[in-house]
Amino acid sequence: MSQENILEVENLVMHFGGIKALNDVTFNIKRGSVSALIGPNGAGKTTVFNCLTGFYKATGGSILLNAGNKQTSVVKVLGEKFKGSDFINPAAFAERVKYKMFGGSHLVNRAGLARTFQNIRLFKEMSVIENLLVAQHMSVQRSMISGILNTASFKNSEEAALRKAFYWLEVVHLTEFANRLAGELSYGQQRRLEIARSMCTNPEIICLDEPAAGLNPSETEALASMIRVLRDEHNTTVLLIEHDMGMVMNISDYIVVLDHGEVIAKGGPDDIKSNPKVIAAYLGAEEGEEVSL
Amino acid sequence: MNQQTGVNFGASIKDAVIAGLLALIVFGPIVGVLLDGYDFSARPGDLATIVAVVMFGRFVISIFVQSDVGRKFLYRHAMKEDGVTVTAPDYKSKMYYILPIVIVIGLLVPFVATKYILTVVILGLIYVLLGLGLNIVVGLAGLLDLGFVGFYAIGAYGLALGYEYLGLGFWSMLPIAAVMAAIAGAILGFPVLRMHGDYLAIVTLGFGEIIRLVLTNWTEFTHGPNGVSAPLPTLFGLEFQRRSREGTPFHEFFGLPFDSAYKYMFVYLILFVVVLAVLYVKHRLTRMPIGRAWEALREDEIACRSLGLNHVLVKLSAFMLGASTGGIAGVFFATYQGFVNPSSFTFFESALILAIVVLGGMGSTLGVVIAAFVLTVMPEMLREFADYRVLMFGILMVVMMIWKPRGLVRVTRKGFATRKGAVK
Ligand SMILES: Nc1ncnc2c1ncn2[C@@H]1O[C@H](COP(=O)(O)OP(=O)(O)OP(=O)(O)O)[C@@H](O)[C@H]1O
Ligand SMILES: [Mg+2]
Repeated sequence: MSQENILEVENLVMHFGGIKALNDVTFNIKRGSVSALIGPNGAGKTTVFNCLTGFYKATGGSILLNAGNKQTSVVKVLGEKFKGSDFINPAAFAERVKYKMFGGSHLVNRAGLARTFQNIRLFKEMSVIENLLVAQHMSVQRSMISGILNTASFKNSEEAALRKAFYWLEVVHLTEFANRLAGELSYGQQRRLEIARSMCTNPEIICLDEPAAGLNPSETEALASMIRVLRDEHNTTVLLIEHDMGMVMNISDYIVVLDHGEVIAKGGPDDIKSNPKVIAAYLGAEEGEEVSL
Repeated sequence: MNQQTGVNFGASIKDAVIAGLLALIVFGPIVGVLLDGYDFSARPGDLATIVAVVMFGRFVISIFVQSDVGRKFLYRHAMKEDGVTVTAPDYKSKMYYILPIVIVIGLLVPFVATKYILTVVILGLIYVLLGLGLNIVVGLAGLLDLGFVGFYAIGAYGLALGYEYLGLGFWSMLPIAAVMAAIAGAILGFPVLRMHGDYLAIVTLGFGEIIRLVLTNWTEFTHGPNGVSAPLPTLFGLEFQRRSREGTPFHEFFGLPFDSAYKYMFVYLILFVVVLAVLYVKHRLTRMPIGRAWEALREDEIACRSLGLNHVLVKLSAFMLGASTGGIAGVFFATYQGFVNPSSFTFFESALILAIVVLGGMGSTLGVVIAAFVLTVMPEMLREFADYRVLMFGILMVVMMIWKPRGLVRVTRKGFATRKGAVK
């Protein structure tokens, strides 16, 4: 297993019926980097994220996550179809049955990959702080008995969870809104809360789907510095989808460009800026005309 | 708000005439014609009375809403600010003062109330249990369960059949029934909880009916529609019958004259303690990770999965806990009736329990308690109107949906004091 790459995506294919949303997408994300996935509308960026995080079961290809000192195959934990060889090998059979029954996208998060959504998905009728407490579900004391009896160990675990929640609220500048309903926050605040919520699950890599959408320039600037905090102070690898080229070029170390479900370029910001295919894809998308390369 | 002052009588008369015409159409065939064997006779008098009442009522309401008081009233209810609120961190609920009083009154009830009132209150408390159980599933976890009565039936038949075949009494069946109902919940839940909304509702509806049909048709085991008798609880082995098969009955042991009210007092006291315990557990659950996970699941399942929560297991836990509460309610129902048969577990019962949850305010514990009493005790109090029970039920629902669509009691969430943040 490669320690250098936290995420290895190989020949990823995703078809929705006749629609080929992704054709053979291959890229690697380096541990500790800030990487960006860009491309015109409908290029398949969100689809890539949904495959990475296990919300879509990829039609083909492999996604390997090297986090938490082990390697996780995203395709496998979602529960694959039985193969002929499984009926000879009981261990493989048992594993497949286990993932079929209890597998799912939650295992991807537990393996160390968190995400946010393009159309914000908060728990709107719960308070801001509760949103962050839910995210810590896997790390708090979950025993029914100690919770009902309100034992000391339960109280300690809740207190630790609250402290962590308030820590992240400070990072995203939402401390004063702790006891407001998440649905009452403004759009920009909701975006920040969603990032804080994903960070509460202790991920090693966080995937942000258009975090700067709907933010004004100064908020975008603040977001960029927040993303650096995630990487520098929390050793979190960041992969983001973004349309704001200024921000992308400013913060990312590595960029993958997608168009019509295919990777048309990957590399550092400077390479991408001058890449003719990328320019054509963007111009073509803007003017709505076909540009053949 | 309408700024125009004064009352427009013309408009009110117009409203009244329209309402009268509608009443004529609706009630004409129902009240105006009386079937008499193969013949029928017209009853214009009755019809005229009803239409006159409707017109008068509409006229009065129309005048009222045009008055200042009425306008204020409308304004207040037009503002839909009865959503969820978060309390201040230092907020102390008034319940801390009210609850001890309620407990004392509750413990005194059996000694002052008549036997009839006691039976009504027991029924009310059984529905409180049912409401609390379904509230976990529907109110907190947001899973529409239309077959909740199935778990109620499992509890009730568990006691009756457990006594008949295994000789198990009330005290052993109380926990066993809870476990049995929870297992039934798991068996039903595991395959279907991947479904959402409407599909889940239909499957659970089917489940409730299957249980009832099995109870009706498996006559060798359940005695079908004839029903089974269920035992009474015992007090350290003392029975509450007039004559006991073995040992001394309760009244002889204490040298009291026999009174059938003792058994209701005893059932009431146990039930009251169980309801208090369930209320406490329920209160704790909403402050525990599992309770938060249920509510998060209701809000957004996809987001839950992205945070590492196994949505199937979270739903399953809600389903099982709700079911076990239903099972406990069933045991009390059986022991209180002394007899169970399948006709107590129809779909109407599920609908009634669901109505309790919706009326009380999804997720609100206090609301469920109030609604359970309103919906079970009120029909008992208004025996004379028994024929109109379902009609009144419907009217109540419509009125509630217009004025308080989010239930009687608005849901509050606990606020947290700001702390110094830290990560381990
Ligand atoms: N669930 C789905 N079913 C069918 N087609 C889908 C589905 N999800 C995505 N697609 C298709 O896949 C293609 C890529 O969509 P995707 O949402 O990934 O684009 P995107 O790059 O995120 O665009 P944007 O920048 O607008 O967010 C689109 O043509 C879309 O119609
Ligand atoms: Mg997208």
